[in-house]
Amino acid sequence: MTATMYQPSRKRAASTTRMLKALAFLTPAAVMILVFVFYPVLRTVQLGFQNFNLFDQLNIGYNGLQNFRNLINDPNFGTVIKNTFLWVFVSVFFQFTIGFGLALLMKTKFKFIGIYQGLIFIPWALSGFLMGLVWKWIFDESFGVLNDALLKLGIIDSRIPWLSDARWGMAAVIIANVWYGVTFFVIMILAALQGVPKEMLEAAELDGANRFQTLFSVIIPYIRATLILIVLLRIMWITNFPDLIFGMTQGGPAGRTHIISSWLIEKLTLDADWGAASALGLMTMVILFVFTLFYLMATRLEKDSGV
Amino acid sequence: MLTALGKTGKFTVLGIWFFFTVFPIYWMALTSVKPKREVNDLYYFPNEGATLDSYRVLFKDYAFGVFLRNSLVVSLVASFIVIGLGLLGAYALARYEFSGKRQVMLAFLATQMIPGLISLAPLYLLMQKLGLINSLIGLTLCYVGGMVPFATMMLRGFIQRIPPELDEAALIDGCNRFTALFRVVTPVALPGIAATFIFSFVQCWNELFLAMILIDSEGNKTFPVAMRSFIGGYWIEWGALSAAVMVGIIPTVIIFGLMSKFMISGLSAGIVKG
Repeated sequence: MTATMYQPSRKRAASTTRMLKALAFLTPAAVMILVFVFYPVLRTVQLGFQNFNLFDQLNIGYNGLQNFRNLINDPNFGTVIKNTFLWVFVSVFFQFTIGFGLALLMKTKFKFIGIYQGLIFIPWALSGFLMGLVWKWIFDESFGVLNDALLKLGIIDSRIPWLSDARWGMAAVIIANVWYGVTFFVIMILAALQGVPKEMLEAAELDGANRFQTLFSVIIPYIRATLILIVLLRIMWITNFPDLIFGMTQGGPAGRTHIISSWLIEKLTLDADWGAASALGLMTMVILFVFTLFYLMATRLEKDSGV
Repeated sequence: MLTALGKTGKFTVLGIWFFFTVFPIYWMALTSVKPKREVNDLYYFPNEGATLDSYRVLFKDYAFGVFLRNSLVVSLVASFIVIGLGLLGAYALARYEFSGKRQVMLAFLATQMIPGLISLAPLYLLMQKLGLINSLIGLTLCYVGGMVPFATMMLRGFIQRIPPELDEAALIDGCNRFTALFRVVTPVALPGIAATFIFSFVQCWNELFLAMILIDSEGNKTFPVAMRSFIGGYWIEWGALSAAVMVGIIPTVIIFGLMSKFMISGLSAGIVKG
């Protein structure tokens, strides 16, 4: 940043007019953000500690930690937390690994690479909810193409109850999520790979390093900070991505494929319990915040990136 | 020899991923052109009975034209406003040094850490106060608010790449900062602006939950909200549903297909969301 080049003590008056001008440009955006982003956060904090049920509007008022107690004592709570961890970490693991592999394969240009990229990047632009419906149809037990193909190939000999059994259900939504999210990693990692200086790669080659040595001792260390950051951002994003599940299982059967964010949507819409939904949202924020701190400490990101 | 093998392996892997990526969309397209009585039949290529009946049902019986129009209007208007506000903010953050700038930037970035889902209930209550429940204007406002921070940061990245000498020259030629932004900086930043616009459009087009909560009349439903009524009942009419999915993804696929080059450089330049 150029902040160090700027000396605030030079001319106070000039700096004030400059600030006013900058503020004039910034105000419209800032107002929108204050009203539509930061105010709702404050309101959520308030709602999280209130009895706020649309079916019980006469009794709206503060109820301390009751919403949080209710959530933790809910019989589904343990399943939801476990599912959230599975959903986030299994998805990110496969998205990252596949995305990294594909990015390496696409690093050197080949014929039709433009068309190829255009086509395989498509999932990024699609609605998670609509794609959830598509996958619901593919995973359908009786009429789904997946069971049909697996039967015809002789891989299974009886139909798998993909979406009516909780375990298969989690596997199904995670497969769909891997499909959905690989694109993001390919785009980001491809961009990072293109930033690795050619001289470094040539030098490694001159030193007699093979491809794996180049990958692990030159390329990965060079883009490490980017990798750490995009994995973190993706973990946060996937935690708050209920769209696919909402399309595929709606959390069913019996709430056994809910993750924390799809459960929040159910509290908000089906149960109309906005206090509980807000409390759940606050819990998510706190969990993600604590996770981020540990993650950054564990990866020592700031050391590498010099932030 | 080794490179030949490596090449075969490389294109096999790329081919497998291509198949996995495209197949679900192909399957939906195939389902959408199957005759009604064959929707559950498992054949893998269109036969001579292929028909557009499902699409006709969609627009005649379910009146999907209205939902498409609503989605289109909301997404376009919101994205234009986002670009306008975003450009102003981005210009200030790219070209001015002022005290408190670091804090302002942090506030913009912090918004990206806030899960959008927690705003659903508060935004409903806010819109209720403003009398904008069940209103496409209210929905548009909320989308603008949600998209502006990211768009501002993304546009700032693009403006920073333009040499400041350019707008300084314009200032000498009699422009003020405002006209310099729109006459000189904007044309040069156009690829970045296009990328930001598409990003915003795709996000608005695909947004479900806020629209679901704010909109309750049939005539004001956006496309994803209307899709939800398909899965509301016990019985899902997969023929019409698959046609609807195809109609819903075509705009984003076309835009993305045309602009994927821009998007790739744009997204990775302007950090990361979505």
